[in-house]
Amino acid sequence: MPMAADDIARLIKERFPDAEIRIEDLAGDGDHYAATVVSEAFRGKTRVQQHQMVYEALRGSMGGALHALALKTAAP
Amino acid sequence: MSAQDIQDWIRREVAGNDVVLFMKGSKTMPQCGFSMQVAQILNQLGVDFKDINVLEDMGVREGVKAYSNWPTIPQLYVKGEFIGGCDIVREMFQAGELEQVLTEKGIGHNRRTMTA
Repeated sequence: MPMAADDIARLIKERFPDAEIRIEDLAGDGDHYAATVVSEAFRGKTRVQQHQMVYEALRGSMGGALHALALKTAAP
Repeated sequence: MSAQDIQDWIRREVAGNDVVLFMKGSKTMPQCGFSMQVAQILNQLGVDFKDINVLEDMGVREGVKAYSNWPTIPQLYVKGEFIGGCDIVREMFQAGELEQVLTEKGIGHNRRTMTA
């Protein structure tokens, strides 16, 4: 089942309260998103670690309910 | 193969080959746009890599996700180290960082001529 952009943003916000989050529904089908997440929590982490943190925040949705999430992460 | 056997097999593959791409489909016939993008980037850099088609083995498909704690395919490994999936590889390629990593790890490659 697809996931709403609001649900994605909410889960990320729960894990990274300071985050600036931008989510784009790429195909308008609720299944292909691009997300940009900027949080202090990413400072000093590798890209792989940063993305793993976001995937953890999404609690296993990535690769399951969430088919495609192009992710971009950064520290402010 | 047991789950442990699969983990051991993956470990041997990424240790025994300089550049390994776990992908959906093969390098000559990718079956997913994300896998295709990474294969294209490696081809553009003239990198010799081993492709492993996860669609041929459900155990490997799930096993490689557990191996790297990474929920999606494709997955690129260089000299045993997990580099990233499609987003990260593309970002690194565009920033010229992928070439740096390849150079640092002693992997032969061309110079980047255009962005993906």
